[in-house]
Amino acid sequence: MKTLKQHLLLFISLIIVWISLAGVHAQELIAGGIVALIITLIFGSKAHIFADINLHPKAIFFFILYIFVFLWELFKANLDVASRVLSPSLPISPGIVKVKTRLKSKMGRTILANSITLTPGTLTVDTCGEYYYIHWIDVRSANIEDATNKIVHTFEKYLEVIFG
Amino acid sequence: MLAGSILTLIGSLFLLLGALGILRMPDVYNRMQAGTKATTLGSILFLTGIGIGYCGCVWKVTILILFILFTNPLSSHALARAAHHMKIALTNRTVIDRLREDEATEEDKC
Repeated sequence: MKTLKQHLLLFISLIIVWISLAGVHAQELIAGGIVALIITLIFGSKAHIFADINLHPKAIFFFILYIFVFLWELFKANLDVASRVLSPSLPISPGIVKVKTRLKSKMGRTILANSITLTPGTLTVDTCGEYYYIHWIDVRSANIEDATNKIVHTFEKYLEVIFG
Repeated sequence: MLAGSILTLIGSLFLLLGALGILRMPDVYNRMQAGTKATTLGSILFLTGIGIGYCGCVWKVTILILFILFTNPLSSHALARAAHHMKIALTNRTVIDRLREDEATEEDKC
């Protein structure tokens, strides 16, 4: 069941990339489908990351929600950095803080680290199991719980449902 | 066409801000902050503008944006990690450096 899911998801994502690039023409669709099938049969059993994705309806709903939350945070991040860059006094008090995540799966942790990097004033520098070391452009709290609340929880509650 | 042009303009403004950030920030990590965020949103808006306004290739542009979203934070993460491993100093306005503290106290980890 688990391997079937990762084969299926790999095949679907390959097909989606191919259709986006080539458009919908019968001949190209067949050729791309055959190539995608061959790639899936060769590499499917190694694509463990796809097995982390939950496929029940709630997870899909949270995934769509997550995209919008993420885009909004990305936009806020840019306005934040822009205002810091443009103000003459350069209001920063940077530092590296440590936060803890509840996520267990590799895929979930990867997406979380990437999301943290792209959102207001934070940049993942290093990871160590369930701990992330995060460079924060404006350190507001140095202890683990407070920093976790401020940085991680926005995304974690969605990613927990999507990836577990 | 007009909407595409406006999006492209806003995107390039964000890219300009990113460049300004790289010039103004005091150390490598803060520069990375400005570089990563501004270039990501800048490129997304820029490409979206091109996609809907000029070439009509929205799907190709969507794939491009997806790849940028996945790879841009990864590369800046790798650069920041390498910089910290090489012990490149943080600016003297730095408040705290947990990673350096943890490296000093616990050698066995990670």
